[in-house]
Amino acid sequence: MQELIRKANQEAMNRLQKAQPTIVGLGIAGETLPGMTKKTIFHAGPPVTWNNMTGPLKGAVIGGLIYEGLASNEEEAIKLAESGEITFDSCHHHDAVGPMAGVTTYSMPVWIIRNEAFGNYAYCTLNEGLGKVLRYGAYSEEVITRLKWMEKILGPMLKETMALHGPLDLKSMIAQVVQMGDEGHNRNKAGTSLLIRELAPYIVQTNFSKEDIVEVLKFMHSNDHFFLNLTMPAQKSALDPLKGIPYSTVVYGMARNGTEFGIRVAGLGEQWFTAPAEIIDGLFFPGFTKEDANPDIGDSVITETSGIGGFAMATAPAIVQFVGGTPQDAMNYTNMMYEITEEENDAYKMPALNFRGTPTGIEIQKVIETQILPIINTGIAHKDPGVGQVGAGVVRPPMKCFEDALEAFVNKMAAEGIIK
Amino acid sequence: MHKIDELFKKDLKVINIGLESFSKDLKEQEVPVVQMDWRPRAGGNKKLASLLDRLK
Repeated sequence: MQELIRKANQEAMNRLQKAQPTIVGLGIAGETLPGMTKKTIFHAGPPVTWNNMTGPLKGAVIGGLIYEGLASNEEEAIKLAESGEITFDSCHHHDAVGPMAGVTTYSMPVWIIRNEAFGNYAYCTLNEGLGKVLRYGAYSEEVITRLKWMEKILGPMLKETMALHGPLDLKSMIAQVVQMGDEGHNRNKAGTSLLIRELAPYIVQTNFSKEDIVEVLKFMHSNDHFFLNLTMPAQKSALDPLKGIPYSTVVYGMARNGTEFGIRVAGLGEQWFTAPAEIIDGLFFPGFTKEDANPDIGDSVITETSGIGGFAMATAPAIVQFVGGTPQDAMNYTNMMYEITEEENDAYKMPALNFRGTPTGIEIQKVIETQILPIINTGIAHKDPGVGQVGAGVVRPPMKCFEDALEAFVNKMAAEGIIK
Repeated sequence: MHKIDELFKKDLKVINIGLESFSKDLKEQEVPVVQMDWRPRAGGNKKLASLLDRLK
């Protein structure tokens, strides 16, 4: 059995290491994402019903319905969400990922990423910035106005920009930013800067007014997380080809919806293994405490799943000023993750560790055997809808997800007659 | 002289595996000690250990 698993995991790692995520353009979610309709809302994490959603996801759904013109206020939006007329589904089921609430609706512009090694696609909305934003469950007028501007100006301008630029190799760019002090989840300063440097010569050639161009460049410049919505679909496109490799025990998906944390394992197909999401240990903005925090939420943990984010914190010691801890903690987190992963990353190398590749490919037997859980750094949303981000910190998945996945894997092998 | 007596005439180099309090006691007596980060397989959970064994 171990030989079968070893070969399967080798195949999984070959696919992950060979991935070539590339930006090929931008589109509108409704015209691009498989299965999207005007009355569909995709969200972060494993599937969840309206009744079981927590505050930030409910807030983002309310905002999404107002933004789409399907409701004119909070009361109408809640009534519509409760009516059963809206189809809710996981972004992950539609080749997409979304940070925090991850709410993706019909009219939103999306990045289109193609994994050139396997031909599969992944999509993600554009990053709105920090503070009062839809992905943290805020839906006030300023949030909706910004989303409309992103739809009318930012998205179309970047679409034209990418058409002028041509495909952009994200794997190389992420490899560079990992050597520049980003870990690609909560620190995206270098990535955002590199992206602006790469795109600015083409942005200024678009057929938009000078005022619009200035506004777009200022918006990207003012938001250190602009690049997050590219690292995420890059990693989603890199991991999806692992789905369904028989006998593989490598994790190809981790995500949270604010209520539950879910993982998916290559050899177990599309099944989610879920458990209640944890409360995050971290630093809170002035005026907020742990009491205000919602449980862990968002698809951004796709970064850790593929060997960056919390797994690459040794390369981003400055991140501890945002998520808490010391630079030594950041080194320790990365070193510990080698215990539960299959390989060192071929592309993402950390200067502080003598250019060692980041720990990549979480393996469920190793997690159970060592009882070491993946480390995740993350933003913290307020538990009530409409408030927004209240801090950032470090969290781990519930062990139950891995225990249930291991048990399901053993049962599957027994059912197939491979083991007793 | 018995070999064990020779050992105690030298500076001790200690790695402690198991209860951390043993290493703390040594530290208090200023004996250099390395505490090994060790825990039982699958955290000592018999059900999980047996699942792992079935895949061997």
